[in-house]
Amino acid sequence: MSDSTVVGLHHEEQHHPELLHHFAEPQQQRDAASLGMWIFLGTEVMFFGGLFCAYLIYRRWYFGDFGAASKSIDATLGATNTAVLICSSLTVVLAVWAAQTARRTLLIGSLVITMLLGLVFLGIKGKEYKDKFEEHHVPGASFSFDHVPIPGHADQYANPRHAEIFFSLYFIMTGLHALHMIIGLGLFAWLLFMAWKGRFTPEYHTPVEIGGLYWHFVDIVWIYLFPLLYLIDRHP
Amino acid sequence: MSMATVTVQPVERENYLNKEYGVGSWLFTTDHKRIALLYLMSITFFFFIGGFFALLIRLELLTPVGDLVQADTYNKLFTMHGMVMVFFFLIPSIPAVLGNFLVPMMIGAKDLAFPRINLLSWYLYIIGGIMMLHCMLTGGVDTGWTFYTPFSTAFTNTKIVEAGLAIFVAGFSSILTGLNFVVTIHRMRAPGMTWSRLPLFIWAHYATSIIQILGTPVIAITIVLVAVERTLHLGIFDPRLGGDPLLFQHLFWFYSHPAVYIMILPSMGVVTEIIACFARKRIFGYSFVAFSSIAIAVFGFLVWAHHMFVAGISVYAALVFSLLSYAVAVPSAVKVFNWTATLYKGSIHYDAPMLYAFGFIGLFTMGGLTGLFLAALGIDVHVTDTYFVIAHFHYIMVGGALMGYLGGLHFWWPKISGRLYPESLARLAALIVFLGFNLTFFPQFLLGYLGMPRRYFQYPQEFQVLNVLSTAGATVLGVGYLLPMLYFLWSMRYGKPAPDNPWNAAGLEWMTSSPPTTFNFEKEPVVTWEAYNYDELDAPHKEEVPVVR
Repeated sequence: MSDSTVVGLHHEEQHHPELLHHFAEPQQQRDAASLGMWIFLGTEVMFFGGLFCAYLIYRRWYFGDFGAASKSIDATLGATNTAVLICSSLTVVLAVWAAQTARRTLLIGSLVITMLLGLVFLGIKGKEYKDKFEEHHVPGASFSFDHVPIPGHADQYANPRHAEIFFSLYFIMTGLHALHMIIGLGLFAWLLFMAWKGRFTPEYHTPVEIGGLYWHFVDIVWIYLFPLLYLIDRHP
Repeated sequence: MSMATVTVQPVERENYLNKEYGVGSWLFTTDHKRIALLYLMSITFFFFIGGFFALLIRLELLTPVGDLVQADTYNKLFTMHGMVMVFFFLIPSIPAVLGNFLVPMMIGAKDLAFPRINLLSWYLYIIGGIMMLHCMLTGGVDTGWTFYTPFSTAFTNTKIVEAGLAIFVAGFSSILTGLNFVVTIHRMRAPGMTWSRLPLFIWAHYATSIIQILGTPVIAITIVLVAVERTLHLGIFDPRLGGDPLLFQHLFWFYSHPAVYIMILPSMGVVTEIIACFARKRIFGYSFVAFSSIAIAVFGFLVWAHHMFVAGISVYAALVFSLLSYAVAVPSAVKVFNWTATLYKGSIHYDAPMLYAFGFIGLFTMGGLTGLFLAALGIDVHVTDTYFVIAHFHYIMVGGALMGYLGGLHFWWPKISGRLYPESLARLAALIVFLGFNLTFFPQFLLGYLGMPRRYFQYPQEFQVLNVLSTAGATVLGVGYLLPMLYFLWSMRYGKPAPDNPWNAAGLEWMTSSPPTTFNFEKEPVVTWEAYNYDELDAPHKEEVPVVR
């Protein structure tokens, strides 16, 4: 046991070119990659969780001010963006299905449409930011939120300091979300390149699957951001 | 023809160290064992930087007056000492070095699940480390390692953002290591390596990884908020602008308390392996020790506000957090009792790793029990922010985590390097570390109880005797840390070649060569035995132990 010569001989029989050396079989590699992405998404939940925690505390403290500030954001743009992202989730599912069933054209088409929808989302987001900038709602030296009534209390004005906290959280949360979208676009550009080269087959399409998981996660974050930032005080 | 080719017998078998040479073969390696050595070198570097700050702190406190450094410099010294030791030494120490080296081998895998991500995590650590070094060389930070707001966001003019980003980047290194371990332990176990046959080192690392995965992102977002607030003058944590400084403390300690368990749990795993081997016994109550690791990880997330008893949180919240803090003591005590029960009627060998393990049990117990003092609401008010707290957490983080790290380094050094370290010198060093440690930190319990506050560069005359003792102890401790580094380096060249299993220890890592080959095992092992089968290993007329190569 102690003195037999051990050679780092690495003998693998014919195996799939994408199977990395340290995995025994493709299934193990797929499972590992998928579990890895799920755990990574768990870290993302905690990452955004800190922000949601801050949001909930200040929303409770500055209830009316948050309502007033939220009402100043264009909910139509936000709703459009929600629809855009939900559509992109559909095209991601189509892409995964296309990869599983070896439909290369559909795969490339779905990836392209997903990326276009992502760009539309960022464009609308940019428009929203521009509006906020022009209205002096960007926190900082030129911030102003004077004489804005609190919804349901026409005689009371929102405290600009507290509204500024809302907008701080608004920009940090949507900004980090947009950053995740941009990373997702980069990821999908790479998937598109691989798909165009015909690298994905029914046996090997893990990158499409875990890339799709990431995209869905970013969508889901938005599904929570949208009501918390846009809809908290929209009753007539 | 046959006589013409004289085969030269290779002096050394091919292994992961001599397979390739050159800087590139190290900087672009994806071998978990080589990455472990990269980490070993980098964290040793940061350990001595952090130690240098500690030395300056202890020198300043030799006399009651501020003679060596002034207040501002002193603030920076203890801040940089804390940041470097916590984020760049203790958190990566055992997981990134011993865990990286051993997790795949102990479960019979060829590598971690994501070797390239493993290398990426080392690069992230190095990038964070360089940022931290740059931050130190261009002025440093003076807030204490805790970054409390609004001092950190609105008042101090030191390099908060840069230090924060350094920790942010290093944090992702820690997250990726934890992610890699969890996936590896779930998906890469050899046939027959069931969950109940895993070495307890693996269970400890599994629990640690859960904390790294769930805790670290929260400090990451907290640092982002601090950096944004500081640069753009937002009011998230600043009470003048409607923000809540307590929210910062909640978010900070939500990670930074569990972070203590990132440091101590792997050390407990190491000590479990060592005790089983040098008592020649199966670990008493395997499943209790395994699940106590998970319990510590879970409870560890529910106690953070015990750092904030005097910060103005609700007394009802404080009561609950006090109770939960006591609850963490239960799984910790389960471990200590089970180690002790393992020793009972064991055939105990006093080799250097075992001396460190003994040191760990004693010092961890002291640190844990004084932690209960601090979890008690009344006593906490008396000793909060005093040297009592300093002594308490150094007993856990240095007496516990660092003793375990050194013990593990000695235990697995023959496997890592293929060489034996000088045993008697190592025993002497273990003794010096233990004595030096107690001389340094026990007086600090007394100082704190007598009322000496932490983070001051001057103190009243009557505290001098105890401070001199502490500084003298730190000098002894420094010698104790230098010795292993020197003889480990020496042994790499001059040490006797190590046999494959110098301790006759159980575990898959001892069934391959020392040092192992790049893929650890010649062929995939099949496990048919329970962990810690020392009764079989030591049986007088044993059959040949199943060979897995």
